[in-house]
Amino acid sequence: MSPALRGLLDFIEAWWVELVCGVVIVAVVPLIAGYVVLMERKLMADMQARLGPMRVGPHGLLQPIADAVKLLIKEDIIPEDADRIIFWLAPVISMTAALTAMGAIYFGPSFYVARDINVGLLFVLGVSSLGLFGIVLGGWASNSHYSIIGAIRSTAQLVSYETAAGLALVSGVLLAGTLRIHGIVDAQKSDGVWYIFLAPIAFFIYVVASIAETNRAPFDLPEAESELVAGYMTEYSGFRWALYFLGEYANMIVVGSVATTLFLGGWLRPFPNVQWLNFLDLLPPLLVAGVGAYSFSRASTQPVPVQKQFMWGVALLCFTIALILAVPLFPGPLRSLLPGLHGAFWFLLKVTAYIYLFMWLRFTLPRYRFDQLMHLGWYILIPLAIVNVFAVGGAMVLQSEYHWNRWIALGITTLVTLVTALFLLHIHDKRSEAAGAAPPTTTDSYAG
Amino acid sequence: MLDSIIFYFFAGVAILSAALMVTRRSAIHSAVFLITALLATAGIFLQLRAEFLFVAQIILYVGGIMVLFVFVIMLVRLDVALHQLRFSKQKWVSLIVALALFAQIAVMFWISRRLPGAGLPDAAPVDKLPPNAEALAKSLFGPYLLPFEIASVLLLVAMVGAVVMAKKRTEPE
Repeated sequence: MSPALRGLLDFIEAWWVELVCGVVIVAVVPLIAGYVVLMERKLMADMQARLGPMRVGPHGLLQPIADAVKLLIKEDIIPEDADRIIFWLAPVISMTAALTAMGAIYFGPSFYVARDINVGLLFVLGVSSLGLFGIVLGGWASNSHYSIIGAIRSTAQLVSYETAAGLALVSGVLLAGTLRIHGIVDAQKSDGVWYIFLAPIAFFIYVVASIAETNRAPFDLPEAESELVAGYMTEYSGFRWALYFLGEYANMIVVGSVATTLFLGGWLRPFPNVQWLNFLDLLPPLLVAGVGAYSFSRASTQPVPVQKQFMWGVALLCFTIALILAVPLFPGPLRSLLPGLHGAFWFLLKVTAYIYLFMWLRFTLPRYRFDQLMHLGWYILIPLAIVNVFAVGGAMVLQSEYHWNRWIALGITTLVTLVTALFLLHIHDKRSEAAGAAPPTTTDSYAG
Repeated sequence: MLDSIIFYFFAGVAILSAALMVTRRSAIHSAVFLITALLATAGIFLQLRAEFLFVAQIILYVGGIMVLFVFVIMLVRLDVALHQLRFSKQKWVSLIVALALFAQIAVMFWISRRLPGAGLPDAAPVDKLPPNAEALAKSLFGPYLLPFEIASVLLLVAMVGAVVMAKKRTEPE
């Protein structure tokens, strides 16, 4: 056997988990993103008392695949005066950044791509911020007014809110005492509490900032369709546009995962250390089996036989997953799979809940005006985040140096931060009153 | 073997894109090549097991400074720049500066070989290294606290100065 082949085999033997997980991420995330879009459309329809996509597959379950095929075979248009190379490159940057960032995230204690990097959280933050270049360069290369205004708005917005998000994460990292993703979850396990309860304000700031970072309503100004057609992606069509879309949804999954890891306990089940609540381990298989039973019961109401069969298929899939989740619960050789399988289940459940929150906000709140967005970021969120970092740090000093009870210390500091928040809001109100609460100088009658 | 392949890859990308960055006519293309050069340098940091520097390079230089560069470039009229001279004509000044820089680096290498430590220190074994972020934090807040604080104050002064200069001037009453 030649040394090169030997080296390759050694490499694969040492890294096969990472390689397999990486391939899984690249292969599965686009599919998941497609179904997140379907979930979003269905939720929007539900909240607006409509049905949403119903045509392709039962209840529109095959809609993402139809959409993907449509986008693949659509004509690809490049504007005449566009900077062709950068126009090609930009969507790829957006998507690659989001997928690479996902590489450092643990989706369960044993599903990972990058082995425990000791600056894991910073890596995710830094790499996902590179996606901004996709937006900016794409907007510039299109050589169109709508695109460039979208790109400029996007830069300003992302730079402002990244600061707030970073400072919010600092509070969480202070509590965990490490930047390693695995270490952060382990710290929450040994502390016996999710950090959302210890640092609620940091979590709130992170939620707001991450909505702004993923360009979603109510902060979707870079692509505000009533003002800018589609912002930076106005000139994009077909598969390039789909890449942008994928990047955006992959980014949602990334921010959801970061929030889950740092504030919602990662792959831990609720109350991981409480013995008498161990029956919560039964929850994952029961939940999935419940979904399966529901699809089974809905199958008889389908109008077409094909759709009935499809619903049965979905039910079968759910039952299989439930079985897989249930197997490690029984004593036996497969018992060791319990943390891995259930960890992945809880992690994905939490990320889904986070994304659901995003969607809920999108359908509830109207879009902000750009100056309001900037004011919110710079005058309220960033000062609040800075105060919160000091408050959490102060609480930790009180706890370690003066042996205060952790909850009392953090309760007091949280109150201090809340008072600061009210004070900031008060100042802000006064300032806008002094400015005459002037709406933008040019009124856009088409806005809204 | 693998190590040197990776190193020459990153180094080659860095040098090539630095050269392209200087010679491109379009400012956006230059910015893109500068980003590539910075990312390749970050890759070399990672290969040296300096994860924290790697991430700091990405977050600060690529994610922060370059974003602002691109932002400014987008606000500039590029068609004006196309009619301007591509390279500066001050050949002799630039030659002298480049030679001086080269001499400086060469002297530094020469001296470092002559020092009692004999050249660069041996690399520590990879698995014996302490976690990089913690080590950096300990040295910044331990032995190097004063220089670190002075640098912070300097940056703060620069920031305040920039804000003051950018502020709208109000006419005295």
